[in-house]
Amino acid sequence: MPGPTLAIARSTIPRGTPQERAAAVVRFAGDLSDGVLLVGTQFTHACAMLGNAVMTIPDPAAEIRAPAGALAGVTAFQCHFAGHAIHTPGDRLDLLVALNPSALRTHIGDLSPAGLLIVDADRFVPDEWAKAGYIADPLQDAALQAFRVLAVPISQLNRDAVARVNLISTEVERCKSFFVLGLSYWLFDRPPEPTFRWIRETYNKNPGLVEAHTRAFKAGWHHAETLGPEFQSRVSQRFLKSGKHRMINGATALALGFLAAARQSGLPMVYAGFPVAPASELLHLFTEWKQENIQVIQAEDDLAAANIALGAAFGGSLGVTATTGTGAALQADTLALAAMSELPMVAVHVQRAGPSLGMPTRTEQADLLQAFYGRNGECPVVVLAQSSPVDGFRIAIEAVRLAVTRMTPVVVLADTYLMSASEAWHVPSSSELPMVLAKQTKADPEHPLLPYSRDEHLARPWAIPGRAGLEHRTGGMEKEANTGAVSYDPANHEAMVALRARKIAKIAEKLPPLVVHGPKSGDVLIVAWGSVCGAAHDAAERCRAAGLSVANVRLTHLSPLPADLIGVLRKYRRVLVPELNAGQLSKILRAEYLIDIASLNKVQGKPFLVSEIEAKVRDLLQAPG
Amino acid sequence: MSIPVLAMTASDFSSAQEVRWCPGCGDYSILSQLKQALASFGVRRENIVFVSGVGCAARMPHYINTFGFQGSYGRAPALATGVKLANPNLQVWVVMGDGDACSAGLTHLTHALRRNVDLKILLINNEVFGLSRGQQSPTSRVGTCTKTSPDGSVETPLRAVSIALAAEATFVARTVDVDVNHMSEIFEKAAMHRGSGFVEIYQNCKIFNDGVFEYATDAVIKTDSIIHLEHGRPILFGKDRNHALRLNGFEPEVVTLGQGITMDDVLIHDERAAEPTLAFLLSRLVGPQFPECLGVFRNVRKPTHQQLLDAAFQQGDPPRSFESLLAGDESWTLA
Repeated sequence: MPGPTLAIARSTIPRGTPQERAAAVVRFAGDLSDGVLLVGTQFTHACAMLGNAVMTIPDPAAEIRAPAGALAGVTAFQCHFAGHAIHTPGDRLDLLVALNPSALRTHIGDLSPAGLLIVDADRFVPDEWAKAGYIADPLQDAALQAFRVLAVPISQLNRDAVARVNLISTEVERCKSFFVLGLSYWLFDRPPEPTFRWIRETYNKNPGLVEAHTRAFKAGWHHAETLGPEFQSRVSQRFLKSGKHRMINGATALALGFLAAARQSGLPMVYAGFPVAPASELLHLFTEWKQENIQVIQAEDDLAAANIALGAAFGGSLGVTATTGTGAALQADTLALAAMSELPMVAVHVQRAGPSLGMPTRTEQADLLQAFYGRNGECPVVVLAQSSPVDGFRIAIEAVRLAVTRMTPVVVLADTYLMSASEAWHVPSSSELPMVLAKQTKADPEHPLLPYSRDEHLARPWAIPGRAGLEHRTGGMEKEANTGAVSYDPANHEAMVALRARKIAKIAEKLPPLVVHGPKSGDVLIVAWGSVCGAAHDAAERCRAAGLSVANVRLTHLSPLPADLIGVLRKYRRVLVPELNAGQLSKILRAEYLIDIASLNKVQGKPFLVSEIEAKVRDLLQAPG
Repeated sequence: MSIPVLAMTASDFSSAQEVRWCPGCGDYSILSQLKQALASFGVRRENIVFVSGVGCAARMPHYINTFGFQGSYGRAPALATGVKLANPNLQVWVVMGDGDACSAGLTHLTHALRRNVDLKILLINNEVFGLSRGQQSPTSRVGTCTKTSPDGSVETPLRAVSIALAAEATFVARTVDVDVNHMSEIFEKAAMHRGSGFVEIYQNCKIFNDGVFEYATDAVIKTDSIIHLEHGRPILFGKDRNHALRLNGFEPEVVTLGQGITMDDVLIHDERAAEPTLAFLLSRLVGPQFPECLGVFRNVRKPTHQQLLDAAFQQGDPPRSFESLLAGDESWTLA
């Protein structure tokens, strides 16, 4: 059966050379059933396969299944693509595609003044306005005059395009996303072939669907051609290096990092998790990946998850758990037990807007003090933070390395935004991964085990069940130094508290030097951690491009802080810490180093815009002193 | 029955830690029987792990020279599940008190049981919070006078065996601290069981709840107030074994043989029944209206958690290689 022609017909309409641009930000918004996530990921792939730098963020609807056209059902996907390094999904939109009035209402505020708005004209009818709370046609609103607006009858044009293919109505509707794709691809001069290939592979059992989706795409493309060359632009500069790439979000990067750490250490892994979004993504991935050396269990609550991970660490496995929100507070109990029993477990705490349930689908960084201090007693643990989606891979391996070499629980702070943000990742070859050296004690009849003796890192032996001669008892009660016997001795307790603290502090001695971007001394240093690192980096770059003396550093080791940090902080007139909380790292840095910190805080459940950090830096530069 | 492969004695299982409970505490007897039992199994010390939580009973692991891990209040079943996932070859015991297991840890207890994790769970029940100095526990009888119930507890107690049965436990038994032979027998049966074994041990707290199980321990009284369950045998009790249990509709009743009651009327115990209905009915018997049951309530074979995980692993597609997971499903190569 002859398939549809795949090549886009050379247009008869004269076209100029598309306008070159350094970067662009596009957002597709509509109902989930409009296929906006599919459109977004296809569009991103088209950019990434050209070698553009890409970073994306999905914005899921508030409700799992909202009525069509409702505000609560608006789903969006944003893609930032550029010919240079980028670290955020972008501040302002160059293109907003709003497939219904609710999508328009939700997202119009982010459109750049020079931006292009495309709406599905067929959905802008009184019934649909009403769902978005409009009392008149929003397209006639004077506020939209500021933008270039294209009201395209997308629904009707899509129906016309696929009319000759025998489809049921839901299938017709599903093709609409490919009309939008065709339109968008032309606007940014993206090659359609990879998407045609995707259509063929995805619908390979149904030639009708292959034809319909292809026709819808081409209809969108050809409709765009009629707009005129002034609507077309492109980013042709390549950024990505040669080699194998994939798109990866922060959750997948973390999960692959743990998988790699298990492989590189030769340790079996037990992953225990309670379903709580967005941490449950790790539970889903490990379940889906089913691997010989990984046991996965869905725990009855977050306390159980942490205890299962800790029990597994006692049993000789790598124990890993992940949670979010209030689950992190529950796990504090187990982390204290892990610190006291000195066993290697890793807890990923995905921060979301709190306190309590807060705004569970929104991002925040307000669990830092909890990770630092939120346990009973004097109880330091290692705290690391993922600084970008891709960074999750490195951080997971680092967390495991520190846990198994220092015999300590490690908290990895992630955040909601990093879990779902994606970027292109240069897939490493498995042979180039670092080895993780896990030392499990061997029985030695000459030297009976002292379960609380110390190695050069002050770590105690990892003496696992099943090995004769290593029988010992551990747990949450204070231990006598060396023997590990339960002890109420006052001097011993004080010495053990100091020893556990020193064990964590000692890690700072062996960390690689901090990487400072920009001048090695000067006016302003931006210190960022977690997902703010991206926006902070881009803000610093913009300042440097404007000739300002601004440096930036990203902190991924938070407890202990790197030994060279204080020296770096002292080289700048002002230190700025932008955080999605009320000033938590600022507080820690002030307390640790007795230096002044300028804070920039945002607690709206949304990430920083680059422009917000840049504006704060400029304020600081103008302030006297 | 296991064939002992090592000649071990109870003292091989004594740790260096000084044993400290109150004089007269039932835990001494339990510890002693446990060590005797361990010596008889032939399982090497390094392959045994004791896990506990908080409370008097939770000190047990410190006194036994195997691997031991005392965790947080109530979390021992979850900790033990982790140990077992890490190394399925270990024999893992969980020791909990009633406050530990039935207050803080009820969730973890029931989930370990329903998963049929291969754990031996000992619930040492003295119906009072001991180490915290004498408060009512979830198993305290109505009327129990404690620091937090000076006029007598008003709360309905949980019945641990009923909870275990409702949680789909595959081995459920009850014994009592002073009956050392019975305790050994039950420990051995629990150890032989593959899957979650749950044993409630009536234990006397000399300080805060002394004599609460006198009806089960006093040589004279207990013949009329205790039933020793025996699989496949009629449920008889009393000095002359002439009292019996029979069903009247769904209701159990105590009858005396003779006077028109024959052995044909008597309920027969079946610990291997597919449904735990009879076991549950027996778990509901409490004094003084009824005699209470000791012995094995339920003992059925079902696949363990690990066996089910292993079977699930074999199903479906084989695992993907690490390299293919790294690359994901939609990678591309740039020249």
